[in-house]
Amino acid sequence: MSTTTETRAPASKVYQAPGNPGSPVEVKPRYENFIGGRWVAPVKEQYMKNLSPTNAKVFTEVPRSTPEDIEVALDAAHAAKKEWGETSLTERAKLLNQIADAIEDNLEMLAVAESWDNGKPVRETLAADIPLSADHFRYFAGETRSLEGSSTEIDKDTVAYHFHEPLGVVGQIIPFNFPLLMAAWKIAPALAGGNCTVIKPASTTPWSILKLAEVIGDLVPAGTLNIVTGPGGEIGKALASNPRISKIAFTGETVTGRLIMQYAAENIIPSTTELGGKSPNIFFADVMAADDEFLDKAVEGLVLYAFNKGEVCTCPSRALIHESIYDRFMERALERIARIRQGNPLDLSTQMGAQNSKAQLDKITEYVHIGLEEGAECLIGGKQPKLEGELANGYFFEPTVLKGHNKMRVFQEEIFGPVLAVTTFKDEAEALEIANDTLYGLGSGVWTRDGKLAYRMGRAIQAGRVWTNCYHMYPAGASFGGYKMSGVGRELYRPTLTEHYTQTKSLLVSYSDSPLGLF
Amino acid sequence: MKTVAPIITTPTAVDAVTELRQRRGQLVFYQSGGCCGGSLPMCFEEKEFRIGDNDVLLGYVVGCPFYIDPRQYEKWKHTQLILDVGEGEPQGFSLAPADDLHFITRSRVFSPEERVALVVTRSRVFSPEERVALE
Repeated sequence: MSTTTETRAPASKVYQAPGNPGSPVEVKPRYENFIGGRWVAPVKEQYMKNLSPTNAKVFTEVPRSTPEDIEVALDAAHAAKKEWGETSLTERAKLLNQIADAIEDNLEMLAVAESWDNGKPVRETLAADIPLSADHFRYFAGETRSLEGSSTEIDKDTVAYHFHEPLGVVGQIIPFNFPLLMAAWKIAPALAGGNCTVIKPASTTPWSILKLAEVIGDLVPAGTLNIVTGPGGEIGKALASNPRISKIAFTGETVTGRLIMQYAAENIIPSTTELGGKSPNIFFADVMAADDEFLDKAVEGLVLYAFNKGEVCTCPSRALIHESIYDRFMERALERIARIRQGNPLDLSTQMGAQNSKAQLDKITEYVHIGLEEGAECLIGGKQPKLEGELANGYFFEPTVLKGHNKMRVFQEEIFGPVLAVTTFKDEAEALEIANDTLYGLGSGVWTRDGKLAYRMGRAIQAGRVWTNCYHMYPAGASFGGYKMSGVGRELYRPTLTEHYTQTKSLLVSYSDSPLGLF
Repeated sequence: MKTVAPIITTPTAVDAVTELRQRRGQLVFYQSGGCCGGSLPMCFEEKEFRIGDNDVLLGYVVGCPFYIDPRQYEKWKHTQLILDVGEGEPQGFSLAPADDLHFITRSRVFSPEERVALVVTRSRVFSPEERVALE
C-alpha cells in the first residue's frame, strides 16, 4: 500500500511584501549601521541599494561602509568589552534568553523580512530559519549559565585552576544564504563567551540583520553587538586583518576563506572558517525494501536538494543511488520534484523561492550548460520557469536533475542552486569511493535500514556531518563544520563556546611558603 | 597541432581588467570552487593574496596571473576557462571591476584533439571571429 505523502494544499495565505499596507514588516527608505547601541551613518555617507530577488526591485538602501566604519565599530566594541567580559554568567545567560524571546515575539516580521531579502520561501523561514535562530540563543544561554572551568590538584600545595575567559573583540563575516540564522550562529556563542562582536552581513542580504537589530538593539549592552554593512572587497579586509580583533570567524567561499586564514596568521589570532561543500546523499538498495513511511522519507531526502533553492553549503547536491533501485527510486523522486511549487516566496504554499541574485542565477545556468557539454543528461528542469506578473523579473530557476558521473565538474563543484547531480553505484565500496572523491567534506547523507551499514559508512565518509536517515536538520547540540577544503572549526555545540569563543587561563597557585632552592 | 590555452579572456573582461589594474595596481586572480563563490574567479590586489608553491598558474589575463588550487585543477583541466564579466556584486573579498559588476568564469569542454595539444601558455585576447567559433 502506497503511503506517499500528498503535498496538501496549505492554508492559502500570502504575506504582503515589506513596506506595503498590511505587511508585518516596515521598511525605511534608508538604514544605518548599528554601532554602540545606536544607528550610525557611515563615515563617508555612501549607501548601496538593496533589492529583493523576488522581483529584482530596489526597496531600501543600506550603508556602503568603508574601512573607517570598521574602526568606528571596533572603537565601540572595545569600549564595551571590559564590562561585558566581567558580566556574570547569570546575566549573560539572561540576555541571550531575552534575545531568543524577542526573536520569537517577532517571528512573523523577521520571517517575512528574511524571505524578502533572500528570496527563500516564508514557509521555510517560519518553520526553520527563525525558530532555529531563537533556539540558538537559548542553547548558548544554557551553555553560558552552566559554563564550568576545572581544577587539578597538582600536589598537596599546588593547584591548577582553569578558567574560560573572553577573547575580547571578535570579527565575524557571514553569507547570504541564511542571513539571520548565520547571524545567530555567530553572535550567540560570541556574546555567550563574554565577547563583543563586529559582524558584517553579505552585501546582497544586508537588511534582515538590521531588522533584527531593531528588535534586540535595546536589549544588548551598547557596543557588544555592532553591525557594519558593505561590500567584502571594501571592508572585509579592514575587519579580518585588523590588529584590534582577537578572532575572525568566516562562513563563505573557499578562496576568501583562505585569505581569512592568511590575515589571521599575520596577527596570530584564531580563525574559524566554514566554506563550501558538495555533499553526497547515498541511498542504499534496502530503502526500497518496503513501500512505507521510511521510503517516503528517503524520497523526500533526495528532493531536499531543493531546500533553500539549493543555496546551502551542505546541499545534498550529489545523489548516489544503488543501481538496483535507481529506476524505481528516481521515478518517485522525479514525480515529487515535478510537484514542487515555485513562486512568490511570501505565499505560504510556495516551496521554492528565487535564487539570491542575478549573479547566482547566471552561474547556475552556466553550470547546467557545462554539465550538458560534459555529457550529463538533464532529467528535469534545466531552465528558468515562466512566472506571472512581478515574479517574471525574479531570479527563479527550476529544480533540476542532471544524470552523469562523479568526474564531471557538475559533480565536483558547488553549484549553489537547485541542481542535483545523480549517479549510481554497485556496492558499498564504490558508494564510499564516490562519496569521498571530492575536495570538500562538509555534509553527507546515508540512507539505509541497516544500522551496521549506516555506521560503517558514517565513520568512513570524510565529512564533518553525516546525516543518517535524515537531512537538513541543524539543531544546536550537533557539531557542524568541515573536513578537507570545507574549512576549519566547529559550530553549534558546547566546544564552540569553550574552544572557539573563549580562551583558557590556567592559574597555577602555590600554597607553600618554601622556595624552590634553585637560586 | 592547434595550441590551446587553459584560460582566455573576452574583450569585455580585457577592458575591465585593464581599467581595474590602472586603479588598483597589479592584480591576481584565483579561481574559487566552493560555496557562494563557486566558479567565480576571485580578484585581489597582487600583494593581498599569498601564492604558495603548490598553486597552479593557468596563464595571464592582461598581464595579471590567474591561479587555481592544484587539487581543483585536476578536476577542471578538461575544460577551458574563459574570463568574462557579469552583472552583480562579487562574492567574498573579491574586487569588483565596476559597481554591480563582477568577474565570472565561463567554461568550455576541450575536444579530445585539444586535450592532446594542451600546453600552458600565456593568455591572449581572442578576435570576435574566434569568439564566435568557440560558442
